[in-house]
Amino acid sequence: MAKTITNYFDELRGTRVWRSVFRSGSGSSTLHRALAIQQNVFLHLFSTKVRTRMLSFSATWYLGTLTLGTFLILVSTGIPLMFYYHPSVPQAYADTKDLQFVVSSGLFLRNLHRWSAHAMVFLVFAHMFKVFYRGAYRPPREFNWVIGVVLLLITLLLSYTGYLLPWDQLAFWAITVGSNIASAVPVMGNKVHFLMLGGNVVNANALLRFYVLHCMILPLVAILFVAIHFWRIRKDGGLYAHQSEPRTVAARSVPAKGVPVP
Amino acid sequence: MSGPTPKDFIAGMDSNARKSPTRVVFVTRRTSAQVKVTAEDQVQTYPELLFRAVVAIEVLAIALVSMALLFNAPLEGIADPSHTPNPAKAPWYFLGLQEMLHYFPPVVAGVLVPGLVVMALIVIPYFNINVEAEGLFLKDRERRVLIFYVVTAALCLFLLLFDVYVALVPALIVAGFMALAAQSSPQSASAFRRGLAAKPLSFWIMTWFLFELTVLTAVGTFFRGPGWSWVLPWRS
Repeated sequence: MAKTITNYFDELRGTRVWRSVFRSGSGSSTLHRALAIQQNVFLHLFSTKVRTRMLSFSATWYLGTLTLGTFLILVSTGIPLMFYYHPSVPQAYADTKDLQFVVSSGLFLRNLHRWSAHAMVFLVFAHMFKVFYRGAYRPPREFNWVIGVVLLLITLLLSYTGYLLPWDQLAFWAITVGSNIASAVPVMGNKVHFLMLGGNVVNANALLRFYVLHCMILPLVAILFVAIHFWRIRKDGGLYAHQSEPRTVAARSVPAKGVPVP
Repeated sequence: MSGPTPKDFIAGMDSNARKSPTRVVFVTRRTSAQVKVTAEDQVQTYPELLFRAVVAIEVLAIALVSMALLFNAPLEGIADPSHTPNPAKAPWYFLGLQEMLHYFPPVVAGVLVPGLVVMALIVIPYFNINVEAEGLFLKDRERRVLIFYVVTAALCLFLLLFDVYVALVPALIVAGFMALAAQSSPQSASAFRRGLAAKPLSFWIMTWFLFELTVLTAVGTFFRGPGWSWVLPWRS
């Protein structure tokens, strides 16, 4: 049975239509497997090979992968949530109520979106600390660490802007408390506060701003930076692995003879 | 250094650089880390890594879907600007900041501290001291121990002055471990103390930051009630 499915799949991969879509074609040779990564617009961000050591759970705890997972879940639950939501006052709250009680699976969608959002914030922090304690920020990976910090801030902003959208008491006052901090910025605090909310208090303008940022601007910026983040892993020589780094090598004594011995 | 050698190669016999060039790499401390010296076991990203990533994401999805089925997201009454809940709390990841706002003026707790934290995070990889990551007290010990005690005393005094006992406790615990590290060396009997002695400055600062972040966020989330007063979450 399994063999039959595999055969069908191999046949499918050999068809003219498949070959026209996926440039790598069928086959399970090392070359084909390398091409499967290298010839794909999304996968070519990654290198075709990876150190065996880096596959172990202890090396990364898969925290970066899991963060990507939460992001994918958030996009795929967020889009259906947008179908049932109007970013206006007081319709936003009524829509959230409808999602809770009227829309089929609306409650599940919202639950999944919210818990995944919390998980993403947590995972981004965990990822950062794991990378730090492994020393994986070391050259040549400095800039990828900086991109990581940017992604941390984008994640916090994504979560924060989404927090207002249900337009309930929890949302309203959390954003009020948070946005009041912006007023404390020296000299231009009130201007920043006004720009952020589109008014002096959290109101319908703020809801619309947060909605646009949450559903459009920030996800696009996040995708852009995630792409750079992944691409830089390849460019910087793959995931950081202690022993392969020259710092460790330099610590060893350089062999006295410059001639390779067979 | 090693690599495929031609069959007719005789080690150490040929000195004609034009005929059989030999590349000798001198790796110094400041050499770019992009130089790869050791060849190590590698596997194809497809399927080895991709399939593992997919499995990891599927496990995550199962966990989150289960959670979504079991627990409902909170939804309170409609937003009412005239009715302020007490306490009004920010999202959980900002509660560490909100806890600090309780002690310090907004310009310090809300602007200066987060700004400095973000800047500190960004510059970590650009300091050679972090890149080399040598044990904090291994070199120039007397002077560094003195600086450590002065800085710790100043920090604790500052926190005491503002009654920030919540932040004082983690600071003292980390400082205790640092003091132990100062008394340890790579020759210490226990592996734990040898480990402490090898920890660089960035490790201590980051660990302190992680500890403070966790404690302040937990306090803000669970131990703060009406008027930001101290409450016990199991007695409500």
